[in-house]
Amino acid sequence: MSSETSQRTTERGRIRVSGFDVDRVESRDPLSSWEPDLQSEAGRGRLEYAWERFKRNRLALFGAATIGLMVLLAMFSRPIQLPGSFPVLAGQTVQPLSLAPADPANQDVITGYREPTLENVLTWPPTGLYLFGADWAGRDILSRVMYGGRWSLSIGFIAVAMALLVGIPLGSIAGYYGGKVDELIMRIVDMLYAFPFIVLAIAVIAVLGRGYWEMILALVVVGWLPYARIIRGEILSVKENEYVTAAKALGSRDRSIITRHILPNAMAPVIVQATLSIGTTVLVAAALGFIGLGLSPASAEWGVMLNVEQDAIARGRWWAGLFPGLAIFAFVMAINLVGDGVRDAFDPQGDQTDTDTGGLR
Amino acid sequence: MSGSEPLLRVEGLEKYYESESDFIDRLLGRQKEVKAVDGVSFEINEGETLGLVGESGCGKSSIGRSVLRLREPTAGSVYFKGQDITTLSDSELRDLRKEMQIIFQNPQSSLNPRLTVNDIIGEALDIHGIEGGVSRDARIKELLERVGLNASHANRYPHEFSGGQLQRIGIARALAVDPGFIVCDEPVSALDVSVQAQILNLLEDLQDELGIAYLFIAHDLSVVEHIADQIAVMYLGKIAEIGTPEELFAPPQHPYTEALLSAIPEPDPLWEGDRILLEGSVPSPIDPPSGCKFHTRCPRVIPPSDYEFEQEEWRAVMSLRHRAREADIAVETFDAEGAELTAALREELDLPSALSDPEAEQVVQEALRSVADEAFADAERLLSETFETPCTTDEPVLRRTDAGRVACHLFDPAYENGASDGTAAGDGPTTSDGTSAGSAPSGGD
Repeated sequence: MSSETSQRTTERGRIRVSGFDVDRVESRDPLSSWEPDLQSEAGRGRLEYAWERFKRNRLALFGAATIGLMVLLAMFSRPIQLPGSFPVLAGQTVQPLSLAPADPANQDVITGYREPTLENVLTWPPTGLYLFGADWAGRDILSRVMYGGRWSLSIGFIAVAMALLVGIPLGSIAGYYGGKVDELIMRIVDMLYAFPFIVLAIAVIAVLGRGYWEMILALVVVGWLPYARIIRGEILSVKENEYVTAAKALGSRDRSIITRHILPNAMAPVIVQATLSIGTTVLVAAALGFIGLGLSPASAEWGVMLNVEQDAIARGRWWAGLFPGLAIFAFVMAINLVGDGVRDAFDPQGDQTDTDTGGLR
Repeated sequence: MSGSEPLLRVEGLEKYYESESDFIDRLLGRQKEVKAVDGVSFEINEGETLGLVGESGCGKSSIGRSVLRLREPTAGSVYFKGQDITTLSDSELRDLRKEMQIIFQNPQSSLNPRLTVNDIIGEALDIHGIEGGVSRDARIKELLERVGLNASHANRYPHEFSGGQLQRIGIARALAVDPGFIVCDEPVSALDVSVQAQILNLLEDLQDELGIAYLFIAHDLSVVEHIADQIAVMYLGKIAEIGTPEELFAPPQHPYTEALLSAIPEPDPLWEGDRILLEGSVPSPIDPPSGCKFHTRCPRVIPPSDYEFEQEEWRAVMSLRHRAREADIAVETFDAEGAELTAALREELDLPSALSDPEAEQVVQEALRSVADEAFADAERLLSETFETPCTTDEPVLRRTDAGRVACHLFDPAYENGASDGTAAGDGPTTSDGTSAGSAPSGGD
């Protein structure tokens, strides 16, 4: 022990750690047996990768096919004529096909028109040519479901798309710039949130009047709020990432930073929310119709069809409510499957979690 | 451009952050400022490296970002090639981004997970319109190979790489615009030691080949020692000492540098160096200490010349004073009265039972009685009025010593014989700061 203590010293550097010796570091064995694989030739964009992944998701493809079929049926159910106010092609028929077996507005397709009474409603169970039966006014339900898709689907898609167009830019600006702009936008959102949904929609429709575009506008006025909120919250967390600072350091413009670096990393929850909303928007449009503020009761919109046949099941006419209901169900489910698929497709890390057993990465 | 003008010259840089406050506070103007960087000046020459070390929260990264104007500096100037970049417009600044780049600490979060390596590096080229078409891909491949990666990795996503590889991609991105200056914000702190060495070697090679200047931010002196031509030690938003590695490691040193150096681990099992343990923690930058910001923890505070103090006694008195100011003495936890209580307090505060100077002893006893009555303000006033030291009143400036420039009154000839009141604090040759913490009403509340 005594000999050891004699060697004790306060001098540093008797033992040197040589971690910075260039030659040694370069000439030594590689740290792992990891070899590059996954060789691919040309650079591919994010969208191509996302499409590759989406194609592999069968459920999502099934959903997309269902929606596609419904859209096609709606488009080709009756011929489409351009309105008279349309420039140049006014009154021309742009879509001559007519897949629907009957005119959706034609009453009593089977027996010819009769005046309906309380006992004698003109309804028929599903038969032969008229597979889904006829409703209380004797109109062919199959034709109406096919034709009604034009209203239901378009209200869902257009209202959500417009709400996204309003909500995402506003939420992005609020989240990215912060400060007074953020304060202003989010207080407006809070204010609109303070109104019960229906009251706000009624107010909008009361001002604008009833109609297709008026209803879409009412749905957009309330519909953009959740997107603005979600995207703002996401951006607040995403913009703290150093790749955003790196993009700034490279001289990117704010617009390109938001669209290229921040939004793609903040969109996933919005995409999910938006796809779910397409379904619920269709239902809400029907609810508005129920209180007399939606489309007219004569229209073939699916929600309106359900509403005018509220008592159908109680009267034993199961078919009158079943088929429009099924159409809504199938559409909402398909849209949810697609939404999930889109979300997974945009998440490159999803590939790993599928094969890994989970846990820490 | 070359000549005597350094590549980068920072003068009196300040970066204040507004502390968390709610709407009402803002309305009433009750906002407090966090002085992350409080008047920092340094120079970096072409092809040189300035290492910036300091504890976390001392403002290192704020300097790095302010120099690039990624965060707007509150005050001060940053001259790059003789041009003050704090006055540039956005579009002028965008052009300058080609010249100045940054490498980040965390490679995982510094690369956008949704872009391929091709897109990440290509973005820099696209923004500045450097290369288009086929030569763009060729340039990306060249950059990847330059940083030691396989060029065929270009089409992969960041999550397919290891940490060291990601850091190399980050370096390739910074190199893409051919910068003359790169801020390395703790580029190796998140990597394991063997990879650290590789990245440091890569940075050094790039400096040799391309003549890039680095501002190398780190909290590990041993890392900086190897790569830096100049090292600046920061404490609480100010530079405590600056010099070449040799100067920094040689005395005379700032007491803080001394403590930092003593904390470098030594692999020698027979090594018996004294580790200097600093008391307490870094004071809050919202309300920094007056005078020298290090005086609350400094083991070598200048004692008052009117009294005879042992250095350790004086340190204990300073701690008493600091804790009285913060009201950080839990008197009620001592189960004692009168003389017993003061004895217990002395033990708690590492004060010897009797100071060597009887006059000082009387003052300290009186202060302890005030503390025992929980009259902290009285005790603090008494101590600060009786024992005057330049360390608490005057802000030290960087002055040249035999080895490097040090901001400490110990090396100020005006205070050579201890604190003599009446002597004006010597204004050093270096730029004096616009706001001095000494005159700020920091002791008010």
